[in-house]
Amino acid sequence: MAPTGSGGPARPARDVAIVAFAQTDHLRRTDELSEVEMLMPVLHRVLDATGLKTSDIGFTCSGSSDYLAGRAFSFTMALDGVGAWPPISESHVEMDGAWALYEAWVKILTGEADTALVYSYGKSSPGEVRDVLTRQLDPYYVAPLWPDSVALAALQAQALIDAGEADEAALASIADRSRASATANPHAQVRGSRPPGDYVVRPLRTGDCPPVGDGAAAVILAAGDRVRELCARPAWIRGMDHRIEAHSLGVRDLTDSPSSRLAATHAGAFERPVDTAELHAPFTSQEVVLRKALKLGDGVAVNPSGGALAANPVMAAGLIRLGEAAARIHRGESDRALAHATSGPCLQQNLVAVLEGES
Amino acid sequence: MSKEPVAVVGIGQTKHVAARHDVSIAGLVREAAQRALADAQLTWADIDAVVIGKAPDFFEGVMMPELYLADALGAVGKPMLRVHTAGSVGGSTALVAANLVAARVHRTVLTLAFEKQSESNAMWGLSLPIPFTQPLLAGAGGFFAPHVRAYMRRTGAPDTVGSLVAYKDRRNALLNPYAHLHEHDITLEKVQASPMLWDPIRYSETCPSSDGACAMVLTDRAGAARSPHPAAWVHGGAMRSEPTLFAGKDFVSPQAGKDCAAEVYRQAHITDPRREIDAVEMYVPFSWYEPMWLENLGFAAEGEGWKLTESGVTELDGDLPVNPSGGVLSTNPIGASGMIRFAEAALQVRGRAGEHQVEGARKALGHAYGGGAQFFSMWLVGAEPPTP
Repeated sequence: MAPTGSGGPARPARDVAIVAFAQTDHLRRTDELSEVEMLMPVLHRVLDATGLKTSDIGFTCSGSSDYLAGRAFSFTMALDGVGAWPPISESHVEMDGAWALYEAWVKILTGEADTALVYSYGKSSPGEVRDVLTRQLDPYYVAPLWPDSVALAALQAQALIDAGEADEAALASIADRSRASATANPHAQVRGSRPPGDYVVRPLRTGDCPPVGDGAAAVILAAGDRVRELCARPAWIRGMDHRIEAHSLGVRDLTDSPSSRLAATHAGAFERPVDTAELHAPFTSQEVVLRKALKLGDGVAVNPSGGALAANPVMAAGLIRLGEAAARIHRGESDRALAHATSGPCLQQNLVAVLEGES
Repeated sequence: MSKEPVAVVGIGQTKHVAARHDVSIAGLVREAAQRALADAQLTWADIDAVVIGKAPDFFEGVMMPELYLADALGAVGKPMLRVHTAGSVGGSTALVAANLVAARVHRTVLTLAFEKQSESNAMWGLSLPIPFTQPLLAGAGGFFAPHVRAYMRRTGAPDTVGSLVAYKDRRNALLNPYAHLHEHDITLEKVQASPMLWDPIRYSETCPSSDGACAMVLTDRAGAARSPHPAAWVHGGAMRSEPTLFAGKDFVSPQAGKDCAAEVYRQAHITDPRREIDAVEMYVPFSWYEPMWLENLGFAAEGEGWKLTESGVTELDGDLPVNPSGGVLSTNPIGASGMIRFAEAALQVRGRAGEHQVEGARKALGHAYGGGAQFFSMWLVGAEPPTP
């Protein structure tokens, strides 16, 4: 085991695995449910899968956004749902749950916990998520112009087309493949073959964009002896890293994702081929960028769950990629999987984890 | 399994004020970060990862501002994590950063917390009406005042204790060049004559709204060996959370606070906090929380905290100085306030607290809490490396 500093991939100090995963059915609207009500069944399912109770968990970490909830400290109500009594060791990231999983993984690596519960949730339906996401842009120079998330993704898609790395037909085929894969995913929001649809923002059509929806997900991590007690075929975390790029689109090459490549390098993704990749690519064009950055060949099963094009609950969609990759290992359908999560406009921030089926 | 010892080798704060109209949010955080790097005599290139915290995004009106702040904090090409645990976030952020070093995932980490409260109104930002949910009426003061009254009833504390704390902290702040409130003409009589806001909390017993940022450079044993100034060593750190509202919750002395302190003392081999700890930076946004937390943190028996305060034990020249920096009562950029407590504790054991230095401080406690007195984060730092 070597410290990373800024060098190459490092062996984690401890063998940690994802031992359980649960998610909601992702829906366009859940007006009848509060966030806590949406989350509670998922928490129960992931705990039931391992037989653990809240009081057995060494560390709890969640990811969510006050801006989706429309109020400050929105995560406090979710904590009530967890049942934090007696008091628990707990933390929260105002990020996608994939980063909550990262924080929990680090906590386990320190030896201060042997198990962790990670959850995240997001309801996009109460507002206009395209408008809401403009509030995460540079508040002085960009946000006042309200460029929405689809418009920014369209800039990226057009840059790819201009660079000769994709065309509209290629993008449409990604949408088609993702949604065909989602037919086997009972939780997906959009399933089956669908027409490309009209332009939303040229060159992106309806089919190139993710559905807007509500959903939640939860994962349990474990280390050491606990792993085998909790899961027949655990998904071992061989490496995990995340990197951020400059915020301004003007200083980035939108046809590339150097932060994904760097994160994958540090996570050890390039040491051996993976058979599965769950990519958090809400737009078809982003899958093109990520496939290249992560050097994924045609033999890799990309987004067998249908990916974010089939269900994109903001703040949970990245954690779901880790969960889906792990679940595929749990089921014996993968031996080595890459899971990816993203945050920020046009793939600004990216996380990569490498999961394996054998010790 | 063994953890890497974690050292604080750089600390930077902005001069906290009501409104920093001269800088953007990015300019504010960069100022604190550069001062922390200068203290450590390191450059941006020496930093492996950045962990940033602040309280609700609504305070500045920027969703997930870490995305926009990546450039200003030299984080491009590096890992960047954003922590949010309500008022305790500054402390939690430091602990998440410390864990990256302790787990040997990274060697040197920059951690920073900020709030630019002049961009909005914190009281109303916390008072949004939510269907079927207990509102935080009239901001934090309205929520906490009944718990202060409960403390007074329970312990029989005379109603003068709160003003003693405010008078002490505001005088301490005069010795801290970074503190927001510098009330040179402060007197005990002025505190006691200030308007009643939320009975029994008077105007001068409340925290201000500040713009400010605090940053720390955390590193491993090898990094500490290269440090030009003495390091503060993390001997213990913990977070504990409990629900907001439930039957049986003790708002006067929450169990999560007791458990968190007990865990920190266990890690740091502290058996008698009153004797073994030399200085305390505790999160006291309303003056009465000093005696309340003295009990919650194990410095006084239940019902006895106010006696320590009244007898002068918590004064700067007392036996157990509490908030030598002037504390949250003198400076409150909400998201940064917890980290300032952690950083000020570290300054004390590094012997670098300037005019408000507690002579001979070897062990100090940094404490933060948030939400409905439900999120707690604490660390204990020492002048010597921890013994395994």
